Amino acid sequence: MKQTKSYLAKTVEDLKPSGIRKFFDLAAGMEGVISLGVGEPDFVTSWSAREAAILSLEQGFTSYTANSGLLELRNEVSSYMKKRFDVDYNPKSEIIITVGASQALDIALRAILDPGDEVIVIEPSFVSYAPLVSLAGGKPVAVQATEEYDFKIQTHQLEKAITDRTKAIMLCSPNNPTGTMLNEKELTELATFIETHDLLVLSDEIYAELAYDEPYVSFAAIEGMRHRTLLINGFSKGFAMTGWRLGFVCANEELTAAMLKIHQYAMMCAPTMAQYAALEALKGGREDVEDMKKSYRRRRNYFVQSLNDIGLSCHIPGGAFYAFPSIVSTGLSSEQFAEQLLIEEKVAVVPGNVFGSSGEGHIRCSYASSMEQLQEAVKRIKRFVDK
Amino acid sequence: MKLSEKELEVVEILEKDARISSEDVAKMIGLSLQETDELIKKLEKEKVLVHYTTVVDWSKIDGHEGVTAMIDVKVTPKRGVGFDEVAERIYRFKEVKSVYLMSGAYDLSVIIEGKSMNEVARFVSNKLSTLDSVLSTTTHFILKKYKHDGTIFEPLAEDDKRIVVSP
Repeated sequence: MKQTKSYLAKTVEDLKPSGIRKFFDLAAGMEGVISLGVGEPDFVTSWSAREAAILSLEQGFTSYTANSGLLELRNEVSSYMKKRFDVDYNPKSEIIITVGASQALDIALRAILDPGDEVIVIEPSFVSYAPLVSLAGGKPVAVQATEEYDFKIQTHQLEKAITDRTKAIMLCSPNNPTGTMLNEKELTELATFIETHDLLVLSDEIYAELAYDEPYVSFAAIEGMRHRTLLINGFSKGFAMTGWRLGFVCANEELTAAMLKIHQYAMMCAPTMAQYAALEALKGGREDVEDMKKSYRRRRNYFVQSLNDIGLSCHIPGGAFYAFPSIVSTGLSSEQFAEQLLIEEKVAVVPGNVFGSSGEGHIRCSYASSMEQLQEAVKRIKRFVDK
Repeated sequence: MKLSEKELEVVEILEKDARISSEDVAKMIGLSLQETDELIKKLEKEKVLVHYTTVVDWSKIDGHEGVTAMIDVKVTPKRGVGFDEVAERIYRFKEVKSVYLMSGAYDLSVIIEGKSMNEVARFVSNKLSTLDSVLSTTTHFILKKYKHDGTIFEPLAEDDKRIVVSP
């Protein structure tokens, strides 16, 4: 037998390991670390949703569901999307329940990409986008959103990346890692650009519930964009259900049918008990979601103001639960800052460069931590910066 | 009275943690320290913020464990003053922690704290049931407090189960 390595797929070999991994390894072995490096809510899933999952197990709902998920859940998702975001999707033919928003991204990309097709990834971006494009046989093309525009992508920045192979744009608003959210006017400008270049949009709206200042507008709700959008959302962030791995994708019938082909062969269906939990999360009223959002907003205000007071300038992130301050004033690179902060003060943050080149000079801090932890983290970061 | 959005936020923040500093409250609601202090003063003056207390788990303190009883009290309301007069006569006793007028099978729900069951029993038989308007009392002793005013005393280990760094 040849060396195992020689059997590996070239695409997989070429994938770079995530830069986040390094910080995980470094932080995981340390005691007394305050972690602002976590990309998930600090809330536990609401008891009513947890209880619904337990009940479903007690009642023996342990078999497969329909490929695209429980119809009851799709109905709820459909009316939730209508009520919350003013987008209309037929639960029978335009919604698939997936294993997290991540799997939704995967089937969306695989459904539309032929080898060599290009997908524009707006950086700083969630670390999975580019690898998922590559794995689907496409070619990720990075475009940098920049600090001068508060990390809001400008159409003139996108323009340069367009080729005749460009098929789609990955959009994430509110954004991980910058927290930047595009408002209706900005989305409308983007829509004109999409129309002009005849593109599709994979709109990752997983943070849609966490918009603090301006009303959240779904890209699919912008005039003319419904047929160009593969709308990806889920329960992880807004409903604090990360570990359940439950998301969904909404798109027109043809796109959905294509995605469903992949989903039915590769996944069969999302976990049944998680679907029952999600059903309860949607039916159970919005109080939990609104309470969590309120709590994040207060912590955001506190944390971003504190960073600015310390001298790490930070735009006000309109959504998600990340602050993305500049650390340029310290003279350190993102990685140096994050590494030294962790070693000297035991605060874990993620260096901005792992999210793309325009993230250099920044760090991602998640403020999904208790006020006490944030207060202590601010103290430590101040001590570190003042040194 | 109608509160502004900021005022409502302050009330919610302080209800959860009355010891938080005004500086931190100011940052959380996006006002200056001075504005925040003024806003808190106003709410105190209006008695929206009535009083700041601490939830104490007395059962942990040797010799101070104490007992709490909830007493269902049936009373005869008085012409003109209804239940208010008898409620007032009851809540003036320092042993009485809460008094509520209830719908249903009895009229007043009275919560009493004492050092021992005996002390509570004495209070009920000597002070409470001898009041003119009191028709009957039913005393329930609290055996264990799991959750009090929204605070869980011994939370299950809901510590942070998240991995330290994640995308």
